[in-house]
Amino acid sequence: MIDATVVELSRMQFALTALYHFLFVPLTLGMTVMLAAMETVYFITGKPIYKEMTQFWGKLFGINFAIGVATGLTMEFEFGTNWSMYSHFVGDVFGTPLAIEGLMAFFLESTFVGLMFFGWDRLSRPAHLAVTYLVALGSNLSALWILVANGFMQDPVGAHFDPDTMRMEFSSFTDLVFSEDAQAKFVHTSIAGFVCAAMFIMGISAYYLLRRQHREFAARSFRMAALVGLVASLAVITLGDALGRADYLLQAPKIAAMEGIWETTKPPYEPWKIVALPDDAAQRDVFSFGLPYVLTPLVTHSFDKPIPGILALENDVKPRIVRGIGAVLALHAYATTKDKAALAAFRQNENDMGYGLLAQRFAPDQDLAKITEADLPKVLDLTARETIPNVFVEFWSFRIMVAFGFAFLAVFAFGAYYSLKNQLERHPFLLRLTTWSIPLPVLATEFGWITAENGRQPWTVFGWLPTFQSASSHALGYMLFSLTGFALLYSSFIAAELYLMFKFARLGPQGRPGHTPTQPGPALAGAPGYADKPWQ
Amino acid sequence: METYILLKLIWAVLLGVLLTGLAVMVGMDMGVGTLLRFVGRNDAERRAALNAIGPHWDGNQVWFILGGGAIFAAFPTLYATSFSTFYVVMILLLFSMILRPVAFEYRSKVDARRWRDAWDWGFLISGALPMIVFGAAIGNILEGVAFHFSWDGQYYQDQSFIWYLLNPFAVLCGLMSLALSLYQGGTMLMMRTEMPIAARARSVAMAGGLLAALLFAIGGVWISYLPGFLFAQAVDPAMPATPLGGPQVIMAVGAWLTNFHIFPMLWIVPGLGFFGMIAGSLALAARRPALGWWLGALAWAGTIFTVGCAMFPFLMPSVTAPSQSLTVWNASGSAYNLTWMLAFSLVFVPVVIIYTGWAFRIMRGRVKTAGMANDDHSY
Ligand code: HDD
Ligand code: HEM
Ligand code: HEM
Repeated sequence: MIDATVVELSRMQFALTALYHFLFVPLTLGMTVMLAAMETVYFITGKPIYKEMTQFWGKLFGINFAIGVATGLTMEFEFGTNWSMYSHFVGDVFGTPLAIEGLMAFFLESTFVGLMFFGWDRLSRPAHLAVTYLVALGSNLSALWILVANGFMQDPVGAHFDPDTMRMEFSSFTDLVFSEDAQAKFVHTSIAGFVCAAMFIMGISAYYLLRRQHREFAARSFRMAALVGLVASLAVITLGDALGRADYLLQAPKIAAMEGIWETTKPPYEPWKIVALPDDAAQRDVFSFGLPYVLTPLVTHSFDKPIPGILALENDVKPRIVRGIGAVLALHAYATTKDKAALAAFRQNENDMGYGLLAQRFAPDQDLAKITEADLPKVLDLTARETIPNVFVEFWSFRIMVAFGFAFLAVFAFGAYYSLKNQLERHPFLLRLTTWSIPLPVLATEFGWITAENGRQPWTVFGWLPTFQSASSHALGYMLFSLTGFALLYSSFIAAELYLMFKFARLGPQGRPGHTPTQPGPALAGAPGYADKPWQ
Repeated sequence: METYILLKLIWAVLLGVLLTGLAVMVGMDMGVGTLLRFVGRNDAERRAALNAIGPHWDGNQVWFILGGGAIFAAFPTLYATSFSTFYVVMILLLFSMILRPVAFEYRSKVDARRWRDAWDWGFLISGALPMIVFGAAIGNILEGVAFHFSWDGQYYQDQSFIWYLLNPFAVLCGLMSLALSLYQGGTMLMMRTEMPIAARARSVAMAGGLLAALLFAIGGVWISYLPGFLFAQAVDPAMPATPLGGPQVIMAVGAWLTNFHIFPMLWIVPGLGFFGMIAGSLALAARRPALGWWLGALAWAGTIFTVGCAMFPFLMPSVTAPSQSLTVWNASGSAYNLTWMLAFSLVFVPVVIIYTGWAFRIMRGRVKTAGMANDDHSY
């Protein structure tokens, strides 16, 4: 018997630790690339201010990076500590990108990050530049491999289930790596990281500009960040559309929940809901307001294809559940007797096995063999209902991310425009808005993950392994111990990180009082604007 | 020989290599962390000691991460079962491990005694605890763990870990692992710090090497009185990777020495480990820390491969359902997966070793204690 409370607590712990890890990851992905860009300009122009920029933003990056690394450690081991059945079931496929990530990406990033921070005086300029590039490459490669792993959970390609080993066995490396879902996720996520970093740099620079501090430093950083951010936020929106399309093709329940589609749509009029209050219990909207004619082309890229609604999906899945129950019973018989006939019976319905596993939870004593004729309709109803993720959460987390996406585009566009016209200091409202926006892209990525992972429920491996079956069979006390510990540790970490972030951002590029830059250039601190061109 | 068997064997050896890499590189940094409060009597000295490994600890730590990832891929059922059965200790290990990256980055960023002192205690915990747990876990695995599998491959724990975790043999293994990490950390400090620090590190490191040798010898005698595990039936090494329906396994006192009785050549392995510990301590006595570092690595390799030779082909035996014990034959990944992983390892492990060596070369030389107090560019 699987204890539902333990599964819930394991989910809570995973969600907490993963969302927490991802508070720091996007900045790493983007900041390393921004640092490489700044150092490139330093390399080409030789202007010391660009070195100062690389070093100052690098210091803030370091404060963020430390917790990213620490919380990543938890992630690497958490599949084993809390998701034993999952790890056994897909380790042959899923473990591989994780191992390659360590070998190819983490070693690269972590070895060179030390040289990046401490090697300024020991490396030649081209060598240091190369080191910074390798750090950026390493962090983005790590995103690639982890998202290949995650892509497999969303769309399990490149593997097949083997009844002799009771797990998915790896069968095509290229299918796994070039999975459409994984690739779309990778670019969307990496570039979302650039958006986060651009807003971070732009926001802190705006703070200095408002105070007329470090003006040249701030103006240059601001311009670079605004331009990167503008391009990146355009890309994030375009790639987000591609990701939505992957969901449409691969995960019907997810897209239906994201858009709050209860009844199968009637193209082309079908409105795209801007706001709605989906009621999961009653399976309808309490109210909704939308733009007509938008939904169908947005999701299907056509004017005539209907999108299946949740009610229809629940109905259509029932035959699969019946076949799935048959498959699991046959598999159990085969596992205990090695009987050829049982294997043949399993083979017939093998692709529906996951739905049988899903039904286990609703069977008497969680045992499919105990389902009677009389129970069956109820088990089918409950299981079918279970295949739909929480619509309210899905609908709103998606909308919040999208709304933020368009808002960032506007902020970056205005920022870039006034920065190119050298008129930033005349627009304090924009500067203030930018500063306040610093945390928002990170928030948007968190909602993106909630969209992706909540929408995958009830599965850990879509269509094959239910979340309910995936967890380790721990005692309740163990889970309370680890959850409390993580909550306490992680809260103190974030307090320390915010304290240091604010402290060093306020201190500014000149560092502590009385400190001189390592390579004194022209007197920068007092310069009224750009040293080389008059502005304002 | 069938390719699948060969692949399983290669990955068993690579598992040993990986654990050795982890023990040497991470153990060294943990040793420095544990020693910090002892070798550094004031803030400048402590910072100097930290910066001796400052540019490298993060890269070294990836051995630990790769350890998780590679076991996940190469021995998925081992990954799934071991970390879950040792849950509470694994979580304690994680709690202490995650203190370390934050401690490095944050400790010297605030100029207040209490703040820095608190992080220094963090270094002590995050240095000593993981090394003790690492050794104790190996000790527990040697003694066997209480778990079994249901038909669908889910593991079940048969006894709460509290009853067997901290038994005398496991404690011995834990202390030995701690001693070796102090040794390895000490050699690094001898190479990369200035006088009073290096001298203090040297005395601890020598003691650590000798203590490890003593504990290793005691453990060797002890193991011949412990129940080990043996196959009671013929085994097909090419069997499908599942712990269910495998051949019968029995427990017998002294069975962990069977492999050594069959292949007496294997005694070289513990011999090398022992040699590494003794000769290493002598090298430190002769003020040859670089040589001592490599002898320490030999000591670790000898120790870990001794355990591997004793247990082979067992990876994690079960005391409650011995025939469901995890072995190299029944817990591995598929042939297809092991092949891909091998290809990646053959390309990237040498590359990693080359650039790690380069990074150490760039940052070589002693960290100056004098300028530490106002240095903004160091930990
Ligand atoms: C700065 C952050 C950010 C912004 C502005 C956006 N996204 Fe996003 N989105 C992410 C950051 C993100 C993310 C955190 O990176 C996610 C989580 C999983 C993933 O692959 O990327 C994500 C996931 C995600 C998913 C779910 C993927 C899945 O089911 O696996 C969809 C459909 C979109 N995004 C679509 C969009 C659209 C149409 C946007 C238009 C404005 C958008 N995103 C803006
Ligand atoms: C490769 C990357 C990832 C993998 C393999 C992964 C895997 C998982 C697993 C095993 C669960 C537990 C089962 C469940 O309750 O759904 C889960 C849930 C979850 N994950 Fe992920 N995850 C990944 C990345 C992330 C990231 C980066 C985030 C957030 C920043 C995230 C957010 C969540 C959330 C919020 C849940 C809870 C969903 C729910 O229980 O309703 N995941 N994920
Ligand atoms: C979308 C999901 C994820 C992405 C894009 C991602 C990316 C990254 C990046 C860029 C880093 C560098 C440090 C930092 O972020 O500050 C990092 C650290 C780390 N991540 Fe994640 N991560 C994700 C989820 C996960 C998951 C699910 C795991 C567990 C398997 C994991 C394991 C780690 C580990 C072990 C580290 C520390 C590496 C080091 O020492 O340098 N990450 N991750």
